[in-house]
Amino acid sequence: MKTVLEAKNLNKYFEKPVLFHVLRDINFKVQQGEFVSIMGKSGCGKSTLLYILSTMDTDYKGELYLNEKLITGQHRDKLSYIRNKHIGFVFQFHYLLAEFSVLENVMLPAKKLAEKSIAEIKHDAMEKLRILGIENLADKKASRISGGEKQRVAIARALINNPSIIMGDEPTGNLDSHNSENVFNIFKQLSEEQGLSLLVVTHDKDFANKTDRIIEMGDGSIIS
Amino acid sequence: MINWKLILGIAKTHLITKIKQTSIAALGVTFGIGSYITLVSFMTGLNGMLDGLILNQTPHVHVFNEIEPSEKQPVAIYKEFENAFNIVHSIKPKQNQRKIHNALPIIQHLNNDKLVKGALPQIKTQIFYIAGSIEIGGNLTGIDVLKEASLFNFKDYITQGTAESLHNSDNGILLGAGIADKMSLKLGDRVQISTIQGDIFPLKIVGIYQSGIADLDNIQSFANIKTVQRILGEPENYITDINVKLYDIDNAIPLAKKIEQQFNLTAIDINTANAQFETGTNIRNLITYAVSLTLLIVAGFGIYNILNMLIYEKMNDIAILKAIGFSGKDVQMIFMTQAIIIGLVGGILGLILGYILSSVIDKIPFQTEALPTIATYPINFSPWFYVIGISFAMISTFLAGSLPSLKAKKIDPVHIIRGQ
Ligand SMILES: Nc1ncnc2c1ncn2[C@@H]1O[C@H](COP(=O)(O)OP(=O)(O)O)[C@@H](O)[C@H]1O
Ligand SMILES: [Mg+2]
Repeated sequence: MKTVLEAKNLNKYFEKPVLFHVLRDINFKVQQGEFVSIMGKSGCGKSTLLYILSTMDTDYKGELYLNEKLITGQHRDKLSYIRNKHIGFVFQFHYLLAEFSVLENVMLPAKKLAEKSIAEIKHDAMEKLRILGIENLADKKASRISGGEKQRVAIARALINNPSIIMGDEPTGNLDSHNSENVFNIFKQLSEEQGLSLLVVTHDKDFANKTDRIIEMGDGSIIS
Repeated sequence: MINWKLILGIAKTHLITKIKQTSIAALGVTFGIGSYITLVSFMTGLNGMLDGLILNQTPHVHVFNEIEPSEKQPVAIYKEFENAFNIVHSIKPKQNQRKIHNALPIIQHLNNDKLVKGALPQIKTQIFYIAGSIEIGGNLTGIDVLKEASLFNFKDYITQGTAESLHNSDNGILLGAGIADKMSLKLGDRVQISTIQGDIFPLKIVGIYQSGIADLDNIQSFANIKTVQRILGEPENYITDINVKLYDIDNAIPLAKKIEQQFNLTAIDINTANAQFETGTNIRNLITYAVSLTLLIVAGFGIYNILNMLIYEKMNDIAILKAIGFSGKDVQMIFMTQAIIIGLVGGILGLILGYILSSVIDKIPFQTEALPTIATYPINFSPWFYVIGISFAMISTFLAGSLPSLKAKKIDPVHIIRGQ
């Protein structure tokens, strides 16, 4: 089995307002096609961990591997590229560009990657929207659709460059149980049918129980 | 590697959704550049007119025979007093004639010089205009009127009559406008003039001369060289002044020096004669640029403000873009592009506004006694001002945009995402 993501001895400190050891010796792996959830009390460092794993936060100690390559210490621009090509990120809040259409939002990371023609990108984006059952929204402005729909657009956007792994920080935290269930099913389907790896922070016990593995965190360390 | 099409697309969307603020920022630039173009076109037009007023009539090198004391007194040449301490009291100028020796060959020589556009002979003499029992002192200058017209824009100063009619008449005079007024004379009338020796000649007024400088117009008249020679009873080689026009005014000083040495004459170059004039031009230019620069700086602050505000409002967008793989440089370029678009659109509109305003000013009638050849306000439509104007616009928006853009580049997406 191929390892998609590996964290070795991750440690992080916040220096302000007081010195605070927020992550302590984090070690874990995510295999290809694995659907992993992270649980833990509020404030235990889940988001902080996810920002490091997503390469947006570079201020940490330890080593981070993506597809078995060390990415710790890479140049910012290289990290932007890695984020663009290999990592899809879904936030708790939908985070779409409000002035762009749904389709444009989904196309944006692929346009940035610039590996395909605009026509191909558009075709891919429509395909992702179809998988998520929202192709009818393609031409709507991102600010004019409901919360559940926005979250699905965000997932479609995370998928557009066929990343190695999708990370989510409480992606269902803001949704009702029906929409929450919906998003879970989409994730499950992606991991089973397309062999996509997923790492999702959640507070929802039912959600976590249905995933392949739960990483339990407490006070900055992995408990189990 | 920056994907400009993508960057431009995002920048355009940002600008269009904030069209009101964008327009105001662009209008600031438009106003600044428009004012610059108008001001500088008008000011340099005015400068050009004033330059023309004096410099066009002024020869680049004026050659004449100055009446002055000999530099070497005879006693200094006398061998026996060579080592003595000589004191000469009350030195007087040498008895000299104003005539330039060998004037015609000198003119020939100057006209053969490659740097010289033309060298024209003149005869300057003092006369009296006679009206009844009144005698008014004045100057009569003998000129080659057609050549003066072609080299020194002389026609601009003939307000009535023509250069040709003077050229074709044996006893014609181009009377100064001030004298004509004083003596109630008009075109076609006769005027009597008297030489210093007392000989009286009747001359026919074939034209009126007005330079715009009242002191000059009150005394100065012109006639053909031959006419003046006849009045003075002098032969055809009697010439008192030579006026030289050059292709390049910068050669005036060396040529004047050369003439002085070679021919033992006095030669005054235009730079020496009009030094204070240059200063006035420079100060007017300085004022123009100071005012324009101030306007542009104000416009620049407008752009700076708008971009700062935009970046503040677009914090989330910036975080999203960075989270999905846009680099800091990409984000910086998105905002830089917006500044440049504002500058370009505002700047081009400013050029158009400036052109329209200058054209309007160019049509406004402006008639004054002092400036007979001017009918409307003078405007200098130099394309250079438009080049400078758009460069100004681009540079100032570039500077105004670079700080906020740099800020956008440095925004930490984690910080923004946590803030939610
Ligand atoms: N920028 C920061 N500076 C200092 N402390 C921070 C900062 N961000 C988060 N923290 C603290 O770090 C701890 C972990 O936060 P976080 O990772 O957001 O927890 P979780 O996502 O598990 O709720 C919290 O105690 C939080 O107050
Ligand atoms: Mg959190």
